[in-house]
Amino acid sequence: MHFFSDTYTVWLREMTRYVRTRSRIVSSLAQPLLFLVIFGFGVGSSFQFPGLGTNYVNFLAPGIVCMTVLFTSIFSGMSVVFDKEFGFLKEILVAPVSRTSIVLGKSLGGTTTGIIQGTIILGLSTLIGVKFTSGLPIGVSILLALVTLFLIGMGFVGLGIAIASRIESMEGFQMISNFLVLPIFFLSGAFFPVNNLPAWMTVLVRINPLAYGVDSMRYVVTGVNQFPIMTDLGVMLGFFIVMMLIGAILFRRIQ
Amino acid sequence: MKAIISKDLVKKFEDFKAVKGINLEIDEGELFGLLGPNGAGKTTTISMLCTILKPTSGSAKVWGYDVEQEPENVRKSIGIVFQDPSLDDNLTGRENLDFHARLFQVPKADRSERINEMLDLVELKDKANTSVKKYSGGMKRRLEIARGLLHEPKVLFLDEPTLGLDPQTRRHIWDYIEKLNDENKITIILTTHYMDEADHLCDRVAIIDHGTIVAQETPTELKHSIGGDVVTMTITPDNGEFIEKVEPLDFVRSAQQVDDSIRLSVDKGETAIPLLMELARQEGVQVPSVTLKEPTLEDVFIKYTGREMRPGEVSDLERMKAMAKRF
Repeated sequence: MHFFSDTYTVWLREMTRYVRTRSRIVSSLAQPLLFLVIFGFGVGSSFQFPGLGTNYVNFLAPGIVCMTVLFTSIFSGMSVVFDKEFGFLKEILVAPVSRTSIVLGKSLGGTTTGIIQGTIILGLSTLIGVKFTSGLPIGVSILLALVTLFLIGMGFVGLGIAIASRIESMEGFQMISNFLVLPIFFLSGAFFPVNNLPAWMTVLVRINPLAYGVDSMRYVVTGVNQFPIMTDLGVMLGFFIVMMLIGAILFRRIQ
Repeated sequence: MKAIISKDLVKKFEDFKAVKGINLEIDEGELFGLLGPNGAGKTTTISMLCTILKPTSGSAKVWGYDVEQEPENVRKSIGIVFQDPSLDDNLTGRENLDFHARLFQVPKADRSERINEMLDLVELKDKANTSVKKYSGGMKRRLEIARGLLHEPKVLFLDEPTLGLDPQTRRHIWDYIEKLNDENKITIILTTHYMDEADHLCDRVAIIDHGTIVAQETPTELKHSIGGDVVTMTITPDNGEFIEKVEPLDFVRSAQQVDDSIRLSVDKGETAIPLLMELARQEGVQVPSVTLKEPTLEDVFIKYTGREMRPGEVSDLERMKAMAKRF
């Protein structure tokens, strides 16, 4: 069965491309750091939120880590559009490999880069004073963080692939990022607690898979969260499975 | 064995029929050309044979495998060089080849040797570890050919292999193609809208226009079917009477009105021209220009389709597009 070696090959390409584009790595870290530092200290020094259970920078850091994974993974999935545009997709599609292994390799690649980026942000956040206050054993923290970032990473790469399989050109890119990615991020509870929101907004937060990822990451860092951790994990697992399936089905339809 | 057999292959895109029933039989070891203007259905035909597009109807076998039933076996048997660039610019030449070798299951033990061999063949060894971004158009084309050959395909498809390349690089690529066919015995199917390319390279040529094959023979036989020489003349006033007078003459094999000129296929051009001029004088028409040449595939194309292919006009636009994509 060469399914897994094909998956590995596609993953390897994603990783080679990631390592190759150092300038992009730096610039894609700059944005979350700006959010973390400026919002963290700017908002945190002037406003008091009820029910934070921790200071604002600590509250914000897990959300910014999830944002990093969201952006990295969804755009990694959408890079299928670039492959289409630059012709490389044909090279992939004409190879004697299953389309599912390509989707899986691409997803693992995007998720790996997402996790690396997210971990770097988390590491850097400790330099500006973010503290781990959850009191969870270190092993449990690492495992839970990895599972969380893996599930949301895979889910959003799947979503990116699904979108890329349907749009023809790079023009759709800007629209998707304005009308989909940013709302997902803003409505994830990364910036503010989600327990005192107006009803319509609560609904939007509740159907946003990233909200559960942020909640789970926040549990790892601060020990305070909104939903039961099993709910977080269950929703993320479901999101991961559904998005992988949709991504694979739509990708197979590309002609 | 037949390398490729297709029966009534049809492809419809919504209401547009791009390919209207193509029948091909290509022998093992042949260098076969699909010649036609842009939009004739060449790439669509190739795409169906390569399993990228599903035929609307009809069937095709490549190396004995059905393109719809056994696509994976077809893909293993073929190599393709696409019309548009299809390399990953962020990877080096070697990395592009390595990716391909892995997906085509070249055994790990042979992989790097095979890659080196191919890099040697296309003379890119010293550029192997350079990012493809820094390659010239010709180098990219050569790397794509190397990639197409990496997994030792039985059948190689080349879709407009020299589109957008300068004459020197074109020659170079022709040499590779001939070498592959002669020495490595690879069956090659190429599409082109350059008459000279088809004439120079191909054992057999199928002329394709509006999705159908209008003629299929060796280039020599195709040209022979035209007759001896081609005389093209413009006359004033051109009221259509002159061509009727010319047609029944015993040395004229065929006469055709093509745009502003009359195109005659004659037995012996050098003796025909004085006779034609004499006739023109008798009829009271003037002959501003007359040319004589041996028939080319261009003339064959005109014979079967009644119009010129105008590779110049089309290729300039196409060349610009191809260049824009390539650089």
